[in-house]
Order: sequence, then C-alpha cells, then structure tokens
Amino acid sequence: MVKSKSNSITIKTVNYIANLARIELKEKELKIFVKQLKKIIDYINKLKELDVSDIPPSSHILKLKNVLREDNLKESLPIKEVLKNAPEKKENFFVVPKIIE
Amino acid sequence: MELNRLTAHQLLELIKVNSIESQEIISFLEKRIKEIDNKLNAYVRKDRTVDVKSEENTEGFLKGIPISIKDNICTKWLPTECCSKILEGFLPPYDATVIEKLKSYGAKIFPLKTNMDEFAFGSSTENSYFGPTHNPWNLECVAGGSSGGSAAAVASDEAIFALGTDTGGSIRQPASFCGVVGLKPTYGRVSRYGLIAFASSLDVIGPITKDVYDSALLLNIIAGYDPRDSTSVNIEVPDYLKALNLDIKGIKIGIPKEYFVEGLDKQVKESLDEAISVFKKLGAECREVYLPHTEYAVAVYYIIATAEASSNLARFDGIQYGYRIKQKNLISLYKKTRGQGFGQEAKRRIILGTFTLAHGYYEAYYLRALKVRTLIKNDFDEVFKEVDCLVTPTSPTPAFKIGEKIRDPLKMYLSDIFTISANLAGIPAISIPCGFTKNNLPIGLQILSSPFNEEMVLRVAYNFEQNTVWHKIKPKL
Repeated sequence: MVKSKSNSITIKTVNYIANLARIELKEKELKIFVKQLKKIIDYINKLKELDVSDIPPSSHILKLKNVLREDNLKESLPIKEVLKNAPEKKENFFVVPKIIE
Repeated sequence: MELNRLTAHQLLELIKVNSIESQEIISFLEKRIKEIDNKLNAYVRKDRTVDVKSEENTEGFLKGIPISIKDNICTKWLPTECCSKILEGFLPPYDATVIEKLKSYGAKIFPLKTNMDEFAFGSSTENSYFGPTHNPWNLECVAGGSSGGSAAAVASDEAIFALGTDTGGSIRQPASFCGVVGLKPTYGRVSRYGLIAFASSLDVIGPITKDVYDSALLLNIIAGYDPRDSTSVNIEVPDYLKALNLDIKGIKIGIPKEYFVEGLDKQVKESLDEAISVFKKLGAECREVYLPHTEYAVAVYYIIATAEASSNLARFDGIQYGYRIKQKNLISLYKKTRGQGFGQEAKRRIILGTFTLAHGYYEAYYLRALKVRTLIKNDFDEVFKEVDCLVTPTSPTPAFKIGEKIRDPLKMYLSDIFTISANLAGIPAISIPCGFTKNNLPIGLQILSSPFNEEMVLRVAYNFEQNTVWHKIKPKL
C-alpha cells in the first residue's frame, strides 16, 4: 500500500503505480505526470464535499442480470488467422520470453 | 453532380431513378480526400494500398453506399489501430457486430479509417498517433474529439456518413465543433462487440451524419440486441424514421439551469436562446429544470472512465498483436512495450485509473465516484418525470485552437462538462447544429431524453432542423 496522502502525489507514488500498470516511464515523463496528476486529483477530491454514506454505488446504469448461455460447441476463429497479428509466433503459438528458469 | 456532397437518404432517392454504382460514389470521395485531406487529416493511413476482397453485398437496402468507420471499431482485415502505436498494423480477423449489420444491409465499408484520439482518450483528436485532425471551418482549430476524424470527414464531404463512439461526449462534441449531427444512443442499445473497449460501462457506438434523417436511418440499422455483448439490451427496436413524422406541439422541454453558468461562451448562449425560441414557436413548452449534481460529473467521469480504461488496456502488452519491444525478460517486455507503445494521454489515464483502484484509495475514489454516479442518474430520473427531453449546449465553447489545451489535461477534461452526464446516466443524446459564431465556427445544441427514448431525441432534433438552415451550410475548403 502507498503511504503518501492522496493530495501529495510524489515521484515515488507515480513510480509505484506505473510499475503496477507495467509501464516504464522516462524521468521527464514522471516529473510531468506528478505535476499533472496532483492537479487532477485535487480536482476530483471535489467529490469529498458530498455525503454519500447512504447512497448505493452504480457500476452500471442498466438493470442487468448475469447472462448465461448454453454450453454448446461452437467454431472459434481459425488459429492461423488469429496468429497473423502476433509480433512473434512459432507453429500454433505466441512466442514469449522464458518465464520459468 | 458531386455525389460525395449528398446524404445517404438523398443518394437512396437518386439510386431509385438512376443506377449509381458504389464505386462511383467512392471515386468522388477519394477525389475529395485527395484534394483536401492533407489539410484536414480526417483519415489515417492514406498511403496504404487497399487490398480487400469485397465480400459485401451491394444489393441490400443501402445499395453500396460507403460508410466511414472510426479507427477503434473492428473491420475485418482492415487496419484498426485506435490511432495508437501499440496497435500498429493490427488487422482484425473479424467484424464488429455493427459492421456485420451494415454489410448485411448493403453498406460498403470505406477502406480508410477515421482519425481519433488514441484509444478515444481526448476531446480534440490531438492525441492521435497520426497527428491531429483540423477543423474544416478553421484549420487552426481542433475538430473536437475523440471522433474528430469522423466528424470532420462528414462535415467536409469526405464521407457520406460515419460511425463514431462516445464515452464522455466523443460523438457529440466533435459533431458540434464541425457543424454536423452526432447521436449517442442509450447504453446497451447498440452492440459493443468488436469495439475496442475504453470504458465498458460508458462506451457506445453511434452515427455521425449530415442531417437528422440519416442519423435515424443509420440507428435503425445498428441498433438491437446482440448475444455477443452481454450488456446489450433485448428490447424491441422501433422504426426511428417514423418518429420524424411527429411534430413537437405540447412536448415538454427542460432547460437545466446548471448548464447555463459561468464559463459558457456568450455567443453559444445567444445561439441557444434563439434555438429555445424556435422550439417554443413549434409549440413545445420550455421550462427551467434542475440537475443539482452536474458540477460533480467531470470528477466522477475521470475516476470511472480511467479506472475502467486501466483495466481494459491491460491487454495491450506486446504478446498477441501490435507493437513489441523484444526483451529477454517478460516483465521488462511488458514495461518497455507499454512505455513506448502508448502515447502520453493513454499513460496518464492508465496511471490515474490504476491509482484510484489501488489498495488504500479504492474507497476514497472509485467507490465514491460510483455513488455520486447514482446521484447524477437520480437527477435525470427525477427530471424526466416532469419533462420529455432536455435541451442544452453541447459544449461550453466553439472549437478551440490546436495546442490551446493539450498541455493542461484538466482544462481539456473540463471541455466535456455538458456531454459527460449522459454517459454516466446511460441516456440518449444528440448534437445538432444551431448556429455560428462571428468567426464562422459552428455551434451545437444537445437534446437528451430518458433511456431508450431515442425517438424523442430524434423527433425534437428533426423538427428543429427542418425549421432552421444551419445543417445546410457547408465549410468552404
């Protein structure tokens, strides 16, 4: 967990978050982001003015129920076509760097 | 006759008496694009040689009329890159549902895709990997965003009609800046299958057209339930064209007080006042109403939209498609690919979204935003008990200058202040032209109604349009 206060976004916080998001930032970007995010977060802190303790959250605006379908066998996209976009491939697989030593 | 200047319904009328081949219309569009698109940049990858096997049927209802598609909607074997480096060269192996539907109705998918802010992150199309789209009315100004390419193409007769997408105003605001008609349907009305997701609880696909008739015509085709999108809603699709036959006598129009406040451009306000008098002349009853939580909409939006985006964009990691920076270690492959493949605004939003979802911040930001979203939705529910629709400005200002807001993200975010609430509440909204500034920039007005009441929105818009001249005025290029 990040210790710093929300309205005191630091380089350390942004670095930590960028790492969670798997994005490598340049030193210069980091500095700009800290400044801009501070401003944005100050603005969104506006929501703290409201008392929302009794308000239910809306993650969606529709009255949606879980949609279930029959478990039928169905054709999927041909592997050859899907692999056309792969940056690196071998036979029927995506190639990635070795994960387990 | 320059066929590219016509609307889809005008072309259909013409085709009834003359035989016009799809290719003839396309040739006119290509000629126009060749003439002016180096100035506008409404289309991307223009140097690409088009090599698509035509599998479309041009015998259907639309008779081969070409439609232009935003770069974030999957078109089979046609580049779909969300105007991002990270999706460089991506060729979808399938069509989005809306594209399937259009093809089955005899539309021709125009082979060039329209420009947009990267992943639809922006209000000006300046965040495109392919550079900004310029406004056809003033090349120094933005076309709006994120569907700036679609709006500019339609406005300048580089397209007959187009599809855009709207997450916080991305159809309506560029339509307003370019002087065309942009409709954001109710959330769930149009399938999102094959739309590359930005914020899944807010995203909608919708028409950008030269007039309201084409908007209804296009919605007729793309609306409807799709089992492949679990949030698409299974309720009957009416014939939206029928709604255009009705007048607006006795229709109750609400004018929300919160939209006519400080920051609203004087000329936009004057133009809206005039528009309201037109509605009154047509027999509508106009009254002031209140949406008290409007001032919180932008904050709620930038928490929810970025949180959803940070999760949706996790899939762009250099493994299955697009750009990859080769590394020996998987984590550094992810980090370098994403660090260099995403543009500034995408990175900023992913980081903001990850932040508001992070342990220790979730309740203070994300959960709180979802609760305020309920309040905003309740405001609309209340107001639609009293009135049939709302009329507001689409944007507080006309098109701004390229470069004016790009260094100040918060200022850019605030330009969506009038369009965001409709996405948070999921309701339908349209932007139609309602005048021009002294500097000849278009002004747009927005009509909103209750969920699944696109008929009301289109009906009120059509009545206004048919009694004004604004939609007939074209930019000189």
